[in-house]
Amino acid sequence: MADQSTDRHPLFIPLVLLGGLIFGFGLAYSHMARPEVVLNFLQFEDFGLLFVMFGGAAVTGVSFLLAPRVLDRAPLTGDRFERRLKSFDRNVLVGGGIFGVGWGLSGICPGAAYASLGIGNVAILWALGGMFLGAYLQGWWRSQTSRADPAPAGAD
Amino acid sequence: MVTDPVVLQVAAELFPNGISRYAVGGLLVGLGAAVIYVGTGISAGASTFLESTLSYVSGQSRFQQYVASRDWRIVFTLGIVLGAAVYAVVYQGGAWTTDVAWWRLLVGGVLVGIGTRVGKGCTSGHGVCGVGSASKTSIAGVLAFLVTAIVTAQIVAALGVTP
Repeated sequence: MADQSTDRHPLFIPLVLLGGLIFGFGLAYSHMARPEVVLNFLQFEDFGLLFVMFGGAAVTGVSFLLAPRVLDRAPLTGDRFERRLKSFDRNVLVGGGIFGVGWGLSGICPGAAYASLGIGNVAILWALGGMFLGAYLQGWWRSQTSRADPAPAGAD
Repeated sequence: MVTDPVVLQVAAELFPNGISRYAVGGLLVGLGAAVIYVGTGISAGASTFLESTLSYVSGQSRFQQYVASRDWRIVFTLGIVLGAAVYAVVYQGGAWTTDVAWWRLLVGGVLVGIGTRVGKGCTSGHGVCGVGSASKTSIAGVLAFLVTAIVTAQIVAALGVTP
C-alpha cells in the first residue's frame, strides 16, 4: 500500500464505509457481537460460531482467488492484488495466546466489540477502553525496546 | 422424509440456535471484507484500528507506521458500528446490553488489546482474511488464540464466575 491519501479515488472512502456496514451488520446478525454467544461457543454449548469464521473465510477466500484473475489492479487504488503475508515468528503465538486469554475471559474481540456498541451495548465501553489501553501499553513498550535496539523492525 | 433423525438430534445439541443466523452472518462478514479487497486490494482487519487511532494522540514510534491508513480505518470502524446499529433497529427492536461483568470486559479488553497487536491480527485479520488467503501465519495465530480462549473460558466457567 503506497501513500493512499494523496491520489485516492473519490469512491475509496465510500467503499470502505460500505464494506464496514456489511461487515458490522453481519457481526450483529450472527449474534457474535454479543459476548454471551462467544462464551457459549468457547464452553462448547453452541458451535454455531464456527460458521461465522469459516463462512467469512470462505467468502474472502473466493474474492482473494478471483479478484486478481478478473482485474489487473484494484480499481480504487491502482494497487496489485497481493497476498498480504504476515511473517511468522514467536510473537504470533505469544500475542495469539494473550489475545486468547482476553477473548476467553470477556467474549469480546475487536470487530465484534465495535459491532456490540452498534447494537446498543453500552457496557462494551469497558472492553473498548481496555483494548485501547492494552494497545497503548504494547505500543509504548515496543517503542522503548525498538529505540534501545536499533535493528530494523519488520512491519507487520 | 429421508432425513436421519439421529443427525437432527446431534445438530440440535451442538447448534441449539440453529445454524442459519451464524452462516448468513458469517457470509456477510466475509462479503464486507471482500467488497473492500476487490475495490482497493486491502485485506482489512479490525484490530489495527486501535493502533492507527492511537497515532492521533500519541507520539510513540510504534504507532506512526499506521498514520497513512488511520483515516480510512476510522471510516471502516464507523461502518461496523452503523451496520450493527441497522441490525439493532430493523431486527433486534432496540438496544441490547450484556450481562458479562464489567471487570471481565475491562481485563479481557486489555489482554485483547495487547495480544492482537503483538500477535499481528485478530479474529477478522487472521481469522477471516488470513485463513481465507490460506496464510500459515494466520492459521497458527487462529489456533493459538482459539485454544487459549477455550481453555480460559472453561476455567472461568469451572470457577463458577457467571455471568
